[in-house]
Amino acid sequence: MRVLIPSQLRSYTRGAAEIDAIGATLDELLVNIEREFKGFRFRIVDEQDRVRRHIKIFVNREAVRELAHPLAPSDEVQIVGALTGG
Amino acid sequence: MAVAQSNGRRVMLMVGTRKGAFIYHADTARGDWRIEGPHFLGHIIHHVVLDPRDRKTMLMASKTGHLGPTIFRSTDVGATWHEVERPPAFPKAAPGEKARAVEHTFWLNPGHCGERDTWYAGTCPPGLFRSEDGGESWQPIAGWNDHPKYLEWNRPDEGTPDGAMTQWVTVDPRDASHIYIVTSAGGVFETYDKGESWKPLNRGVEVTFLPDPYPEVGQDTHCLRLHPRRPDRLYQQSHCGIYRLDRPGEEWIRIGRNMPAEIGDIGFAIVLHPRDPDTVWVFPMDATTVWPRTSPGGRPATYRTRDAGLTWERQDRGLPREQAWFTVKRQGLSIDELDPPGVYFGTTSGELWMSPDEGENWRLVAEHLPEIYSVEAFTF
Repeated sequence: MRVLIPSQLRSYTRGAAEIDAIGATLDELLVNIEREFKGFRFRIVDEQDRVRRHIKIFVNREAVRELAHPLAPSDEVQIVGALTGG
Repeated sequence: MAVAQSNGRRVMLMVGTRKGAFIYHADTARGDWRIEGPHFLGHIIHHVVLDPRDRKTMLMASKTGHLGPTIFRSTDVGATWHEVERPPAFPKAAPGEKARAVEHTFWLNPGHCGERDTWYAGTCPPGLFRSEDGGESWQPIAGWNDHPKYLEWNRPDEGTPDGAMTQWVTVDPRDASHIYIVTSAGGVFETYDKGESWKPLNRGVEVTFLPDPYPEVGQDTHCLRLHPRRPDRLYQQSHCGIYRLDRPGEEWIRIGRNMPAEIGDIGFAIVLHPRDPDTVWVFPMDATTVWPRTSPGGRPATYRTRDAGLTWERQDRGLPREQAWFTVKRQGLSIDELDPPGVYFGTTSGELWMSPDEGENWRLVAEHLPEIYSVEAFTF
């Protein structure tokens, strides 16, 4: 499926703003991305498997925070750095 | 004033800021500084440390406003960096347990000189971690992180504006198993078995923010220093004064009582002369009324003692004489090992200051940097 990568994470994706990845759930998707882009997952999901506070993940434009959220190959996943900070 | 050495030695300053890391290099004259950086622009860098055992490995504690914490590692004195395999992280919580996640790594400390690849890390929320592979992977130290008194000793819901943390780790150079740590809402603790068991070491240290002014735990030690040549000599700058402890004693002496009353003895940082255990610098801050935590009166100065805290002298030559309201944070004061040693501090307003003559004269190395969190000097 199509995964949109924010600027904050493109150092992991060799600059790619968009990648293709597979996974039946959001968790599987992130594990698969991690296999290719080492370190990626821990920057956006903590050791308790919670999406980090200032990261937002949208599936087909709907906000999702549960890693168990099911995914279909036709879904579009967008990872975003939340509006925060300074 | 002694003449600086000119035997090919050099000094490197590692500066962690709220928006990246900067590295400065100078020869022993310490007059001209070459800048490297910014490294990781926009990253929140709490600490950058070079390993004195191999003199080339560096670790950097990083996070960003959006991304979680990690550690970057260099094996070529900062020329190139890579992200480590496994940054500090708490174990996955069992059902019903409080689920802790490292918010940031605050403190990095090389282990004992006889344990070449060992490092320690202190985190927010309070946590102690050890690496035995040069910083590539980190394991939690359960003896501290899961101690039955963890909540009482760490009070993880209190503490600094950035959260409570394990903020200082110091290894006894004579004994790799003897380690001191500091927590922001607990004070000083020590272990003689590499972290399996712990005891508080706070007797004599006052707190002004609890009903009991001398509790066993609950102190806010901002900065702890052990003298490398006299490891039984400890100093601390706490939230409530400047203290000295000579082991095996267990009662701290408030040497800050000898500071000028109008300045007081509150501050964040303290640093020791590399060879003379009686010579110490502090950078006092205004702790009156609402605790501005700025230079008292807008006139910054270091204060130096040469007699282990019996007397203190003001050092402000070269520093702004008025209307300077900066703060030097816990990790912001450092010293090199030349003769005479250079003293360095970084400010919340992004200025890096140095003195080539033990604080007698101050000069600006850099300005307009982001807020400085840490300065570490290394002498090659």
